[in-house]
Amino acid sequence: MARSVSTRRTAVVTLVAWAVALLIFFPILYTIITSFKSEQEAIQGFDLIPSFTLESYRDVQSQYDYFTPFMNSVILSLGSTILALIVAVPAAWSMAFAPSRRTKDILMWMLSTKMMPAVAVLFPIYMLFRDLGLLDSRIGLTIMLMLINLPIVVWMLYTYFREIPGEILEAARMDGASLWGEIVYVLTPMAVPGIASTMLLNIILAWNEAFWTIRLTTTNAAPLTAFIASFSSPQGLFWAKLSAASTLAIAPILIMGWFSQKQLVRGLTFGAVK
Amino acid sequence: MGKIVLKKVNKSFGDTAVIPGIDLTIENGEFVVFVGPSGCGKSTLLRLIAGLEDTTSGVIEIDGKDVTGEAPAKRQLAMVFQSYALYPHMSVRKNIAFPLKMAKMPQAEIDRKVEDAARILNLTNYLERRPGQLSGGQRQRVAIGRAIVRQPSAFLFDEPLSNLDAALRGSMRIEISELHQQLKTTMIYVTHDQVEAMTMADKIVVLNAGNIEQVGSPLELYRSPRNLFVAGFIGSPKMNFVTGPYAQARNAATVGVRPEHMTMSTSEGEWRGTVTVAEHLGADTFLHINVDGIGLVTARASGEFAVNHGDTVFITPDPNRIHRFDANGNALA
Repeated sequence: MARSVSTRRTAVVTLVAWAVALLIFFPILYTIITSFKSEQEAIQGFDLIPSFTLESYRDVQSQYDYFTPFMNSVILSLGSTILALIVAVPAAWSMAFAPSRRTKDILMWMLSTKMMPAVAVLFPIYMLFRDLGLLDSRIGLTIMLMLINLPIVVWMLYTYFREIPGEILEAARMDGASLWGEIVYVLTPMAVPGIASTMLLNIILAWNEAFWTIRLTTTNAAPLTAFIASFSSPQGLFWAKLSAASTLAIAPILIMGWFSQKQLVRGLTFGAVK
Repeated sequence: MGKIVLKKVNKSFGDTAVIPGIDLTIENGEFVVFVGPSGCGKSTLLRLIAGLEDTTSGVIEIDGKDVTGEAPAKRQLAMVFQSYALYPHMSVRKNIAFPLKMAKMPQAEIDRKVEDAARILNLTNYLERRPGQLSGGQRQRVAIGRAIVRQPSAFLFDEPLSNLDAALRGSMRIEISELHQQLKTTMIYVTHDQVEAMTMADKIVVLNAGNIEQVGSPLELYRSPRNLFVAGFIGSPKMNFVTGPYAQARNAATVGVRPEHMTMSTSEGEWRGTVTVAEHLGADTFLHINVDGIGLVTARASGEFAVNHGDTVFITPDPNRIHRFDANGNALA
């Protein structure tokens, strides 16, 4: 007999789920609401109904340079993602299809670097960047973002590749495919969904990364995260303007995430459910 | 052409020798079956010939040419895998065409060859489908199609029928045998199923723990097994082995009698026993009998031989068909 769930219970569970979802989303929602308030309204206290003024957006656009950090964010997240894939695809391929006795250890070690607090290596990395002249440069930050997300990218691709049966690649080899032919005609087409969701996730992670982007940039290479942070400094706090800037910063990634959510969920749960 | 010669081929993983050293010659056009229990090294041996595994030592020659160090693609062999290993993102047409595309054949020729293969294998109506939309038998035929299009010097089959149901397995067995009659190309076929080995092979290679126990035609192996292992492995139901005074009286450590080489009677015979289980298959009846002073024996009787659990029966082994083995398990002349 199938498990039956009463209508009332379904209703309660649905309500709870919505409440939790709203709780998680609320900070973002309130940021968006505040961005449509005037500065006076914003500091007056909690209020869910804004006056729908676009004043803050106009100010952010006219008084500050939104375009440069936006372009920096695009360049950094896309650049670091492409760079990470170039390194991670061959790495994951060899780990999945030609594993050695140490493969599992290497994977665990890579993951363990993500458990270390970033601030622990801030000083050596800052010094390195300074000595190499990479501070506030797009190249330096692209490499940095690539490195910090690399473990996750390798792990995701590895789990994806592992799902591809080795016999299919052997069949390609028997059919006369070179290593290149095997990767281009067989492995990549079969792994496209996995590579795509890995790419999406990495773009989002790179876009939202705030610790290193704020520490290692000032103006030239500063992405939107640093742009937002700059609103909470010298002139005091301008809640409405800060909210408008934040909304502008998160909007592109929010829209992208919305359209690709199906792909993302599939990517993150791959292997767990079939 | 497809003559394959193995010279002292050895495969070890670390300290474990999966195949200690094998010498074997497969003649052009032969249908050779590697048979043995799971873990006996038969698939590894096939993969060594294919080039999917590297030999630890020894030489593999195809048509007189040393291919030991060659990549699989250079060996002119085609392989059919147990899981079919079709490319799920390609249509049947593209699957079959793949080896030809890799060989950079002109498109018109590829089309012609794919159509030909599809006709032989009854796949013409399925050419535009994906493997996921086909039944198990059809997928297996696509895998065979992909193997035959490029006219390899030999075909390698790695337990190709074990994922199919019993009825389909029977008909695919006949299809593969017919294909061999048509193409007359060397085929090496790996299976753990001795029925497949007996029905399809020109030559059976019985493997056990990485060693060749015996090589011969199906009937040679059936009539004169070289040792206890082959005697017990070939034939269904299994040969009965008897030790003790009965064997000693015949100057052997063990004697073997096949279930079908015994005369059954309800009134008289050499051995007397009690039926423990009677399996009525219609044409035949397999009787499991507890024989006094001998032990449990399996016997084949005709379908009309009506006995049941607990009945007393008499058995007379055919004296001309008793196999004798020494203490080491080797057959005595």
